[in-house]
Amino acid sequence: MKPAPFAYVRPATLDDAVAELAATDGDGKVLAGGQSLVPVLAMRLGRPGTLVDINAVAGLDGLERRDGALRIGATVRQRHVERSSAAAAVPLLGLALPFVGHRELRSRGTVCGSLAHADPGAELPAVALCLGAALEVTGPRGRRTVRAADFFQGAMTTAVGPDEILTAVQFPAAGPGEGFGFAELARRHGDFALAGVVTRVRSRDGAVAEAVLSGFGVSDRPVTRDVTELVRAAAGEADVETALRPGTEELAREMVDTAGDAHGSQGYRRRLFAVLAARELARAHRRATESPS
Amino acid sequence: MPDADTAPRWTPTRIEDAPLVTGQGRFLDDLDPLPGTLTAAIVRSPHPHARIRTVDLSRARRHPGVTAVIGPEEVAAELEPFPLSVTTRMPYFPTGTDKVRYVGEPVAVVVASDRYVAEDAAELVDVEYELLDPVVGVRAALADDAPLLHEDQGSNIATDRTFTFGAVDRAFAEAAQVVTGTYDFPRYSSVPMECYSVVANWTDEPAGPAVEAWANFHGPFTMVPVMAGALGIPTSRVRLHVPADIGGSFGIKAGIYPYVVLLALASKYARTPVRWSEDRVEHLLASSTGADRMMRFEAAVDDDGRITALRADLADNVGAYMRPPEPSTLYRCYGNITGAYRIPAVQIRARAVVTNTMPTGLNRGFGGQQLYFGLERLMDDVARATGLDVVEARCRNLVPADAFPYETPTGGVYDSGNYEAAIRLAVRNADLDELRRRQAAARERGELYGIGLAAVVDPSGTNIGYVGLATPAADRKPGRDKSGSTEHVRVSVDVQGIVTVLLGSVPQGQGHATTARQVAARRLGLPEEQVRVVIEMDTATTPWTVTSGSYSSRFAPLVTSAVVAACDRIAGTVKAAGSVLLETAPEQLELADGTVRVTGDPGRSVLFRHAAGVVHWDPGALPEGTPARLYEEAAFAPREVRAATRDERINSSLCYGFVAELVAVRIDPDTLEITIERVSSVHDAGTVLNQTLLDGQVHGALTQALGGAMYEEFTYSEGGQPTSATFLDYLCPTTAEAGFPLVTDHVVTPSPLTPLGAKGSGEGSSMSFPAAVANAVTDALSPHGLAINQLPVHGTVLFDLLDGVRRPA
Repeated sequence: MKPAPFAYVRPATLDDAVAELAATDGDGKVLAGGQSLVPVLAMRLGRPGTLVDINAVAGLDGLERRDGALRIGATVRQRHVERSSAAAAVPLLGLALPFVGHRELRSRGTVCGSLAHADPGAELPAVALCLGAALEVTGPRGRRTVRAADFFQGAMTTAVGPDEILTAVQFPAAGPGEGFGFAELARRHGDFALAGVVTRVRSRDGAVAEAVLSGFGVSDRPVTRDVTELVRAAAGEADVETALRPGTEELAREMVDTAGDAHGSQGYRRRLFAVLAARELARAHRRATESPS
Repeated sequence: MPDADTAPRWTPTRIEDAPLVTGQGRFLDDLDPLPGTLTAAIVRSPHPHARIRTVDLSRARRHPGVTAVIGPEEVAAELEPFPLSVTTRMPYFPTGTDKVRYVGEPVAVVVASDRYVAEDAAELVDVEYELLDPVVGVRAALADDAPLLHEDQGSNIATDRTFTFGAVDRAFAEAAQVVTGTYDFPRYSSVPMECYSVVANWTDEPAGPAVEAWANFHGPFTMVPVMAGALGIPTSRVRLHVPADIGGSFGIKAGIYPYVVLLALASKYARTPVRWSEDRVEHLLASSTGADRMMRFEAAVDDDGRITALRADLADNVGAYMRPPEPSTLYRCYGNITGAYRIPAVQIRARAVVTNTMPTGLNRGFGGQQLYFGLERLMDDVARATGLDVVEARCRNLVPADAFPYETPTGGVYDSGNYEAAIRLAVRNADLDELRRRQAAARERGELYGIGLAAVVDPSGTNIGYVGLATPAADRKPGRDKSGSTEHVRVSVDVQGIVTVLLGSVPQGQGHATTARQVAARRLGLPEEQVRVVIEMDTATTPWTVTSGSYSSRFAPLVTSAVVAACDRIAGTVKAAGSVLLETAPEQLELADGTVRVTGDPGRSVLFRHAAGVVHWDPGALPEGTPARLYEEAAFAPREVRAATRDERINSSLCYGFVAELVAVRIDPDTLEITIERVSSVHDAGTVLNQTLLDGQVHGALTQALGGAMYEEFTYSEGGQPTSATFLDYLCPTTAEAGFPLVTDHVVTPSPLTPLGAKGSGEGSSMSFPAAVANAVTDALSPHGLAINQLPVHGTVLFDLLDGVRRPA
């Protein structure tokens, strides 16, 4: 478990980082927290010729509220966001981050790193998808912004080009009348989820204006559906969760297409997804209704 | 009879802990015993089963920084196959030679300037393989048309013996009913935090080749002659060092010895000392694991629910080779195969098969978790068949408290116990009545809630002679019998009266030093600070025997007994010296409070160290016949541990403790997650030497058993590829999973066979808890008519079971 030989550069500016990456001609990898990349290197499952360490790059460590969003720079640690008061603007981050690995991993791992790694079982990509986050990507052709819906393209595959760096992500701050839910089930705490859900419901004047269900650990990438009609139909029932269940069971059959493994068969994952989706949509609905709109 | 009081002792801190928690532990990889040591990487088979066609080491040998590369050719030419425990045509070398038989099997060793270079060069070793069909699982190994791992053997069966004691067939013919169950026990390990580590140095001396090695190997030291046999040199030319700090093993590191041989050979070719530290992937692929077992149990039951005979058909999967000490998993519990029950007749079929998987070996509870998963699941099936409550069904069959010492049909002699008292205590502590009410209420709501019990006899102080049973009595040479569970220690007193206890027990974190210090200090009437314990092992200087080492919970019954014997001889000499200073006969003296004093007249005393000083400084003053010797070696070699008899019986352990465990589980009706609501665990370890350490053993064994019951399993694809070779898939329980409500308690029936009355107890719950969990989940599923006859059990397992009920095939 020792990496194959690689070159290592530690640029101090974003321009230099982009130039260094471009110079590798597609044979470079960006190192931020290293919590996924370093094990891959150690097991020689990946052998990039060059590591471009962006930890010393000025200006990537920002965590700030700006224009109704929380903007998180590429080197901001997950644990820093978890403990930051600014993160209260995005309640879903507070709900999801405690489930990302373990505290020790979060103290090094970065939010952007988790998004760029795009493990289908990871929490933060689904949060980004559910919230419609905007991802800032910088490369030789300058900076572009990619919507979360266009960002995740398959298992460990994103819209970031080989010569580009994910430099920041913007999560929209919670608006009035919005409620959220998050849940996952794993074999053990800290494991990648067997099935996980992220939910968002926005209400206006007591009515359901928008409802979104995202899932992770159930396909080759995070998946999402507009479930406004489903939640609206269940909203009038005394037991919203139970009323949602037939609908989430149907959604599970459609959204959960992973083949399954020894930890969770496809059937079991569908069941978990249906249970968690109904529970967390009901919770988001309840919170949305309680929240002043 | 025991002469210590039976009140438990509490230790606020272990003397081992301060260095460990302040980063001062020195593990093998921290040590650099020989200057100029190079580093090895091991090339391993990517295939589960393949013939080695050609091996080309030339590219690897040319790689800059590489000193030597050895492969199958060198291994086959230079080494003998390891001596096996039983005659079988399954030669075992530290690498594949003709074939590879599991993914991760060593094929070549690269010695280089550092591990990075060694791993770079390892990629340049070219091996051409001819792929063969793999065999995965016991059933596949036994199939008529199964591919053969070892063609010369003619089958995949490494050993197959049947033993019958008492009128088994008659009992079954006359039984009111026969209860039958088929149970599969999974393959899992104990994954120590520290992996294997070896430094080996081959030297050619005028007297012949010699090997000096450092390894975090903890015995059994029967493996030293096995290593020497493979190296083709006398045991006296193998010198093995074991550091004081080992980061856990739980039996797994007993499997390191083939690497000591392999690295010694690499050192011979490199002409320099070589070190190798196993990484986690190597460990999960190719170190050692407990054996998985397929078993069928049958009980002949009379009208009163009493079991009159037992049939046990056991088939272990020992992996690709029958690596010694296998097939011991089959025989470790031979003397206690009828468990806690008075069953007069028993038939055992004991088989071990080879498959294209990692070889097996010791794992905490060794042989016990497999046996009791079958036996204790069967007892619940007996309860169901007879309509008796699970507690009552067991209590009717228990060995009664007045029957000790109790001889089992297979030759075990249970030294002491009160099994019913322990079960009743476990039931009371669990508040079983209240649990039953909760269960009834849960079932009213349509929820799944179950209560499970397991009662196990916990053997300690293994009699290594049991493995002889794998060879038929007629083939066992007279005069070559094997038996024993001997332990040696050396106790000495220096010129300042400081007592040193030298152990050959090779602990891996159990706290042997703390307990040995406590026992010696108490025996010599000294403050504990006046006793130091040395636990480094050096086969050239530490007293040892083939049975030395840390396994089978032998410290409490055996090592402490040897400490007592050695201390008593020291006490005799110190009293004789004290008698000179006090001008009183030695028989009138006692050791207490750091002094030698006149019994009944404590005012007349001299300090222990002054009396010891007489022996060092003025031995001429000693009474006639008193040796001027303040070092004493003692061996504790109990006579109750004898070789297997000609009629195939053996007392397979010296002591037999007991565990009664009750588990309540709740199953979430939506997610099918299993929550352990309550565990009540009662142990009988004889006299409790140290309550803190005993509690630690119970907690640790429970947590590891939780792994086997609900989380951990070495799995393989149908094609023989490991599918649990990282911690992403091999799931050890963490504090988040192990935090269930637990009540522990003790029943104390001192062993009459050990001077302190202590028995071992490092393993008990690792044997009982998997069965108790399975019984509890089976109880929870009983409204659906489902049973848990294999482990691990978790959500997806329950989903698939329940799905099968909803949609019958």
